[in-house]
Amino acid sequence: MRMGIALQLVFTGLGIGSIYALIALGFVLIYRATNVVNFAQGDFAMLGAFSMVVLCIGFQLPYWLAILITLAAMLVFGVLFNFAVYYPLRNRGFQPVIISTIGASILLENGVLAAYGPQPQTLPALLPFQGLSIGPVFLDSQYLLILAVTVVMVTLQYLFFEHTLLGKKMQATSQDKEMASLLGIPVARMTMLTFVYSSALGGLAGILVAPILFVSVGMGSSIALKAFAASIVGGFGNATGAIVGGLALGVVETFGAAYISVPYKDAFAFILLILFLLFRPQGLFGEKVAEKA
Amino acid sequence: MIGSTPNAVRKPGTGRRTNHGRGLLIFGTAAATVVAPLLLPMTAYYLNLLMQASTYAVAVLGLTIVLGYAGQINLAQAAFFGLGAYSVAIGTVSLQLPFWPALFAGIVIASVAGLILGLTSLRLSGHYLAMVTISFQQILTLVLTNWVSVTRGPDGIPGIARPVVFGFSFADSGRYLAFCVGVLWIVGICVGRLKHTKLGRAMQAVRDNELAAGVVGIDTYRTKVIAFTLCALLGGLGGGLFAGGFTYISPDQFSFAESVVFLTMALLGGVRSPGGAAIGTALLILLPEWLRFLKTTYLAVYGGAVILIMVFMPEGIWGFLERLRKLLWHPVMPPVDQAEPLPLATLVAPKDDSTILDVNQLSKHFGGLKAIDEVEFSVGHNTVHALVGPNGSGKTTLLNVLSGIYRPTKGRLMFEGQPITRLLPHERTGRGICRTFQNIRLFASMSVLENTVIGAERPGNEVAVDPSGPEQRALAALKFVGLAELRDQAVHSLSYGHQRLAEIARALAGSPKLLLLDEPGAGLNTVEKEELVQLLKRLKGHGLTILIIDHDMSLVEQVADRITVLNFGRRIADGPPGEVLRNPEVITAYLGNATTYVAP
Repeated sequence: MRMGIALQLVFTGLGIGSIYALIALGFVLIYRATNVVNFAQGDFAMLGAFSMVVLCIGFQLPYWLAILITLAAMLVFGVLFNFAVYYPLRNRGFQPVIISTIGASILLENGVLAAYGPQPQTLPALLPFQGLSIGPVFLDSQYLLILAVTVVMVTLQYLFFEHTLLGKKMQATSQDKEMASLLGIPVARMTMLTFVYSSALGGLAGILVAPILFVSVGMGSSIALKAFAASIVGGFGNATGAIVGGLALGVVETFGAAYISVPYKDAFAFILLILFLLFRPQGLFGEKVAEKA
Repeated sequence: MIGSTPNAVRKPGTGRRTNHGRGLLIFGTAAATVVAPLLLPMTAYYLNLLMQASTYAVAVLGLTIVLGYAGQINLAQAAFFGLGAYSVAIGTVSLQLPFWPALFAGIVIASVAGLILGLTSLRLSGHYLAMVTISFQQILTLVLTNWVSVTRGPDGIPGIARPVVFGFSFADSGRYLAFCVGVLWIVGICVGRLKHTKLGRAMQAVRDNELAAGVVGIDTYRTKVIAFTLCALLGGLGGGLFAGGFTYISPDQFSFAESVVFLTMALLGGVRSPGGAAIGTALLILLPEWLRFLKTTYLAVYGGAVILIMVFMPEGIWGFLERLRKLLWHPVMPPVDQAEPLPLATLVAPKDDSTILDVNQLSKHFGGLKAIDEVEFSVGHNTVHALVGPNGSGKTTLLNVLSGIYRPTKGRLMFEGQPITRLLPHERTGRGICRTFQNIRLFASMSVLENTVIGAERPGNEVAVDPSGPEQRALAALKFVGLAELRDQAVHSLSYGHQRLAEIARALAGSPKLLLLDEPGAGLNTVEKEELVQLLKRLKGHGLTILIIDHDMSLVEQVADRITVLNFGRRIADGPPGEVLRNPEVITAYLGNATTYVAP
């Protein structure tokens, strides 16, 4: 029975962890394209989740249509975000951009708060069936869906970056903007595409997580903080690390809440983060890169 | 006004009277604002607002140090503020301590928390600190809310005591406000002063260019940790005063949202001077009162304001006013003062022909790429040694290994007979190795003189021990390269050629035992290049030991006593110029074909 509970916790942890992984992937992409951390990454998920609530509950649209509209809206939002928050500051070092994304995060959360109030919203499950039992472990359909989508997205992203010209151009841009620009790659457009993709990725995470968590304005930043912790644990700037770190963090957190303390559930991720910073700052998969002098 | 000291470093012998006048003005204003709450009749409502503004401003001044001076992002100032406030609350209410020891405990706890956070996260780049501070903020909020037996949880702590000094009680709100305003002035003036101290300059150097800061001799990690700890200390102090002022506190007053408010206050007012902290705090405390209709959306407006400030007014209101002031009143440039410059080569005692630097079997590999492959050479005392080679031959990598930016894969470096292979950049500079960069790395927002003073303040610079030493030394170095007239200009406004000279002056001000010049001729036009050659010849005349990297053979030929040639990371020749330049392998490396070479 004990074993059953542990397996159940592993499954739940992996489900939550894959949400962290999706957001962490967005972090990593933008970090590699622009060298800055986008502090509003989690709010992309919050926007996606709210959009689902508005479309499905407010407008009574079917799920598939709501998902399509949400993703399309997130693509447009990515363009807006790029031009309002990043583009004017692109030549001014990382600090102004970081502060600007923090500002964007505050604006988004409180804008939504002003529009919808602090009452958390709920969204019914996306899939019509509850899930299935394998021995003592109950596999909730929503968690299965999240895991499946994460696997698909990671695979697609890998294929895109390694096997398409556009993906390679984006990689080149992220590695050396100056050189990429000299080779005729439109750097500004590549950066914008990165924001657009990250925005959609965040929105997707929001869509997936909306039925499991309460949809609230603060949900994005709390997921984002853990996703950031996950990407450091995995090795910052490393896509594999982001995924492994996210999954690991989800499991640690679920076990912590089950066996140590529920009120301090949110603290475990941060404690893990600080431990990693102390003893292995380059993370599980990262390598130290020196700045070019 | 607090900290209205101009950006330019005080000129020796000039402006003393105006400084005096300003001091009196500051003192007068401070005294007036401290006395005002005692004399003016004020409603409890306004007393509360002013109490909040003055205690918040103390915490915002912490951000002036960490974000404005040192360029590090702290998103947990409300947490440090909360540590101070809860220490005073728990101390005076639960433990029945008097106010002072409780406040002192709060300051110590906040500082220690800041020190530990800084030590763990400041070795890494700025993103980590930002995220770690958010994490800390969240953990603290969880603890304040859930550790009910100590913090009383969400209910908060009422009945916090106010201080008594020798029977004089501050229980009256007017008196307490006067006390807080007094503390604010003292802190503000100290923070303003800090900017023009060695520590303050080190912080700004780290902010402007961390890599260069290390190479000019600043212990960047230590500097950042000190800045962060000071910021936490001021957060604790502000929070302690806040608790005394309001006599009731609860966890929601110290949440992440409040950290954001602190950050917005600092940015809006202008993060680089204490005056900005005061303006920003006052505005953001009074604005919500004036704009009551925004009550539900004020945080959203703050968020939008942060983006707009970053885009349109990155220096904040104070910075904007400063710029306006400079536009309207052109500062009068005093003539270069006639004091005799220090001899440039005081530390270059003429020595025998022993070596100062030995490079032994040195390799640096990046993955499979052997950027430097078992290179060996020695630099003799009082010689100009040139390291040449085509593009991509490993010259700059070698220089970066020499100055400690890269760790070598293999090999040993000896400087004055001591191993320096494992030393950090600032430690090597402390031994007397100063350098310039191929892609200029000056501290862009500081003046030419400040840049050079930072160079003079390197550890171990024997001429810079007395207080005016670094500035004298810096002026001497600027005179030597011919930039003394431009000393008060911001370096980013200089021409490219002048920026190169400013970098050389910064290195010279450190009285180098060995000067490393990384392609000093790159990007210069013919006239500037000729001036550079003359400058190098003068340096050589003073007996300075120089290791110069360049691929301009004509430049190198004119100044070098000895040349080492690199190609594909390997040494292919080493010897006096005449001999090396006739070496067929060198000719092939440079021109690809020996027959096309025309001997000089």
